[in-house]
Amino acid sequence: MQSNHDAGWRRWILRAVSIAVCLLAWQTASVHHLNLGFVSFVNVPPPTEVLEAAVDLAQSPKSLNHITSSLRRVAIGFTIAAVLGVLLGLAIGRSRRLGDILLPPLELLRPIPAVAWIPLAVLMFPSSEGSMIYITFIGALFPILLSTIHGVEHVDPRLIASAKSLGGTRFAILREVTLPGAAPAIFTGLAIGMGTSWFCLVTAEMISGQFGIGYHTWESYVIQRYPDIIVGMAVIGILGMGSSLLLRQLGRLLTPWHSEDTR
Amino acid sequence: MSGQERIAFSDTGRIDAHNVAIRLGRGEKAFEAISDVTLSIKPGEFVCLIGPSGCGKSTLLGALAGHIGVAHGELKVDGDNVKGPHPERGIVFQHHTLFPWKSVLNNVAFGPKMRGIGRKERHRRAKEILELVGLQDFIHRYPKQLSGGMQQRVEIARVLVNRPRLLLMDEPFGALDALTRMHMQELLLDLWSRVRTTIIFVTHDIDEALFLADRVLVMSHRPGRILEEIKVPFARPRSAEVSVTPEFGALKHHCMSLLHTRTVSPLRRLEPLGLENIEA
Repeated sequence: MQSNHDAGWRRWILRAVSIAVCLLAWQTASVHHLNLGFVSFVNVPPPTEVLEAAVDLAQSPKSLNHITSSLRRVAIGFTIAAVLGVLLGLAIGRSRRLGDILLPPLELLRPIPAVAWIPLAVLMFPSSEGSMIYITFIGALFPILLSTIHGVEHVDPRLIASAKSLGGTRFAILREVTLPGAAPAIFTGLAIGMGTSWFCLVTAEMISGQFGIGYHTWESYVIQRYPDIIVGMAVIGILGMGSSLLLRQLGRLLTPWHSEDTR
Repeated sequence: MSGQERIAFSDTGRIDAHNVAIRLGRGEKAFEAISDVTLSIKPGEFVCLIGPSGCGKSTLLGALAGHIGVAHGELKVDGDNVKGPHPERGIVFQHHTLFPWKSVLNNVAFGPKMRGIGRKERHRRAKEILELVGLQDFIHRYPKQLSGGMQQRVEIARVLVNRPRLLLMDEPFGALDALTRMHMQELLLDLWSRVRTTIIFVTHDIDEALFLADRVLVMSHRPGRILEEIKVPFARPRSAEVSVTPEFGALKHHCMSLLHTRTVSPLRRLEPLGLENIEA
């Protein structure tokens, strides 16, 4: 036991040292304006400056505005995608005819990357807010839809037969068997969708935004406040990771039978 | 009140099959799983179906449950043609089909819930039946937190709570270890003495069939037909000792000779849900 415990600590120290070495390498490369020809650190600010910028941003009133703008867009776009994706997925997965009606147009749109929608979205939506929300929506929709269809199609047919035998109507079986049976797959889709949603939002904000963390990052480049670029990148990463974690936690809460400890 | 209920029960659950044939599969791969089965089973009777693997005994069970359609002939329960699944014809599979996301209590309460019975009342009924199968202390567990024998007991309770006319069982104890299987057989007979219903029990275990049944129907190799019916004369309530009597040995020997003389290459096991449902 004791030696295991020690080994655990040693591993954590090793990991911390690994990060410290990377930061140190970055610091050295930036301070000495390292230029390897194909990649250059001349304009890359060192970690110390990034830290200062982060502290500045945390103290400025604008930062909250940037973060809430981005969070609101993702929240709206993702929620619409989640509701629509799960409903469509249930319909398509359960009924062959509904699948034949609904799936072909969706399959045509699916290969188009969400980011490629940006110019058209700007033309289609009168407000830039609307176009950005649309981009986050379209980015999240397909992972959620496809995972839901997959989940529904892989519900054990014996469970559905049993539910029928016990007197379940079509709708009751959908609610009591298909939905919970597909729930783990649906949550996987939601987590993936959340990731793509952030990815799409940041790109959309860079092009057509006012406020928002993606906009802030791009603006920092335009006005040459380079440390802020890296602060923006870090904030995007933290927000994306945080919302995915939140979602995974929610999934664990709603599908208690699926977790390992009830085994 | 309960006495009246008991009588009402023993009046239902009559099965009449007349020249029943069942085809499985589609197109060129279609084959006849059951051919020309005629039988009649009295209300409240315990009948075991035995036969070689793939002979169609599970298919016949699936047809009684309403999961598989009949190609020719008539299949009637209490005078009405079987049309689709119904809670009055409950089926128990070899591997449990409990809902993993529902507690034991809510699994058993599922049937009453589908009939629109309120939460309090359906939980009361579920607890009552769970007590009969000895699981009153496990009602809040999830199915995967139970042993295999306990899972099958929940499965049986979930069907019995609907007060079915027929209890259809497809090798329900086939996946259990020998000791658990013996306990389950005794439990089933005990249950059947309290909750009278017609039981059709599919097995390939001759000992099991002779221990449980009033009557054993021996089926032929595919396409399945009824080769012979054997009345099992042992008095009830039965205990495990009955299986070491000479009469038991003689009946077992007879069953074995019926099954062995017909042995051809073993076929794939058929499921009571037919082919499409399983392979989809």
